[in-house]
Amino acid sequence: MSDISAIPAAAPHSSLHRQSARTKKRNAAEKRFQVYGMMAVGFGLLALVVLLASILGNGLSSFRQTHVVLPVELSEARLDKSGERDIEAIKKVSTFGYAPLIKDALARGMEESGIAIEGLDEKDAGEIISKEAPAQIRDFVIANPDLIGTTQEFRLLANGRIDGYFKGRVSMESAALDSNVSPAQLQLAEALKEAGLLTTGFNRDFITAPDASDQRPEAAGLGVAILGSLYMMLVVLVLALPIGVAASIYLEEFAPKNRWTDLIEVNISNLAAVPSIVFGILGLAIFINFAGLPQSAPIVGGLVLTLMTLPTIIIATRASLKSVPPSIRDAALGVGASKMQAVFHHVLPLAAPGILTGTIIGLAQALGETAPLLLIGMVAFVKEFPGAPPEGFFDPASALPVQIYNWTQRADPAFVERASGAIIVLLVFLVVMNTIAVILRRRFERRW
Amino acid sequence: MKDHFTVESEIMTETKITARNVQVHYGDTHAIKDVSVEIADRTVTAFIGPSGCGKSTFLRCINRMNDTIDICRVEGDILIDGEDIYDRKVDPVQLRAKVGMVFQKPNPFPKSIYDNVAYGPRIHGLARSKAELDEIVEKSLRRAAIWNEVKDRLSAPGTGLSGGQQQRLCIARAVATEPEVLLMDEPCSALDPIATAQVEELIDDLRRQFSVVIVTHSMQQAARVSQRTAFFHLGNLVEFGETSQIFTNPQDSRTESYITGRIG
Repeated sequence: MSDISAIPAAAPHSSLHRQSARTKKRNAAEKRFQVYGMMAVGFGLLALVVLLASILGNGLSSFRQTHVVLPVELSEARLDKSGERDIEAIKKVSTFGYAPLIKDALARGMEESGIAIEGLDEKDAGEIISKEAPAQIRDFVIANPDLIGTTQEFRLLANGRIDGYFKGRVSMESAALDSNVSPAQLQLAEALKEAGLLTTGFNRDFITAPDASDQRPEAAGLGVAILGSLYMMLVVLVLALPIGVAASIYLEEFAPKNRWTDLIEVNISNLAAVPSIVFGILGLAIFINFAGLPQSAPIVGGLVLTLMTLPTIIIATRASLKSVPPSIRDAALGVGASKMQAVFHHVLPLAAPGILTGTIIGLAQALGETAPLLLIGMVAFVKEFPGAPPEGFFDPASALPVQIYNWTQRADPAFVERASGAIIVLLVFLVVMNTIAVILRRRFERRW
Repeated sequence: MKDHFTVESEIMTETKITARNVQVHYGDTHAIKDVSVEIADRTVTAFIGPSGCGKSTFLRCINRMNDTIDICRVEGDILIDGEDIYDRKVDPVQLRAKVGMVFQKPNPFPKSIYDNVAYGPRIHGLARSKAELDEIVEKSLRRAAIWNEVKDRLSAPGTGLSGGQQQRLCIARAVATEPEVLLMDEPCSALDPIATAQVEELIDDLRRQFSVVIVTHSMQQAARVSQRTAFFHLGNLVEFGETSQIFTNPQDSRTESYITGRIG
């Protein structure tokens, strides 16, 4: 009897078919957490969709442009009075000399198509064509002086407001209140479209043309900005990749672990968090004021962005060097490889995908950076393309993010469209770069 | 086996490695305490002992792999063929070509089988032509008893082999540089019994050309493959002698406790 009483009482019988209070509470907590998580993801996705919709809605139209197609008589009397086809003499005729040609051509075009708009004089009718158009023709004539005296068909840029009318930005009502455009001009544009003299098509000039002044948003393009950004990325790649990788290899594989290297390590991590505008001030002080490099030049922008990108590359490279298993180093050292051989023959190839990914992400970051470039003068209005490298690195240029910033500052609403279009171009570049990073990582990743 | 062993033991008289009063410190930890030992040529010497007793540390002193650890400090002398390997004139890289090493976990390079074996000869300039290199690779793979299994896929990645094959590939890689001493740090601990048997057979073969030093956790393995055994305990070399004597008639009570399974 006494033996039995020593055995502890069995736990009360509990059914597995009924959840205990504790289990219920636990399950509820888990479900709540999942809902929070889904809400966070949903919110993020929503923000992304709104952002993309707004940018694409505003910006996609900048890839289409309205042109007036007119045969223009390149009258010898106006363009080359001497008739000697002397290129210097032809160049002396400014764009003011070309404007009457366009006015005549438009008047003739209207006459031939039988278009007559009440209350619209010849001067107002001429305004539906961009102020950039005379320059278009002048460039053509200077390139082909032999064609003076003939009649050529030109696709002339339409005025920004007319362009906006066909993209839904300008309406008859808004034109009535607008001092820059009248309903009569819009009616003319409508009539020209019916006559087939006015077309809306793909806007290649948006990608290739340089920036244009405040009054002619229809002519503004990203050519200089894209080239400037490209030059800067070249400078960053050529400087930041070798310096960053060399520094990381030294710190990770060779440097003794002591107080100095710890200090350097902490500072590199801190540098990655320094606001980019500080790098801009540094660039202004050192590269421009002290070293005397030219302002607005891609070389200076590239140097500043290199300083900014270096910590990112060093951190990514060190992380990928660290992730190579030590057994590979042991194996190489064990067969008598020197430390450098072990690193360059075995460790570095294994770390390469990580290094490349880090570099491309660093470049993408640099590509979108605006603040430091403002300080080194890249915000200037640049209409001339920089020359071919290496001299071109020292010519003034713009950059994509700065061009966006620049356009958002301008008054004409047509620039809102242009800025959004530029954002789309920048996003496309970033997406392409990140895709390349992912592909490289997938392709070269090796298992061990 | 025993008879065979005694015949052999008469031949192995020449000392290959001499350690005198070796002390190793890892920072504040005294890992090896005053170890002196003489390791013979063309012999398999086994280091046994419980985990953390310093046997691997001592092994890594013989090819100066401990140099790669910043906080590690080695004192005392280790001589190979009478030359102090910790002398300032000695380049560890040259030493490691002479003293090959096989690690606990098979660690082939993520390259082809051929390149794995050819790497050592390439960096040491042992082959003057492609044909010569091919010959070295084949000879090494044959020595490591893996040639027949891989001869048709030399360009396949070394990491695609099974664990036992990988370890034999690592042995081939180690012998390709024509070392004189072969250090093995628990070479079978990651292998299944069949692969272990193959590697052990191979070790017995290698003894004809090299002085083999093997660290092992398995006392059976030590008894099977080695002619001499050293027992380490808490950083001390407790006992060193003929394997048969250590396992049948240990002099020290700690050795006896260990081999009978009371400590470790």
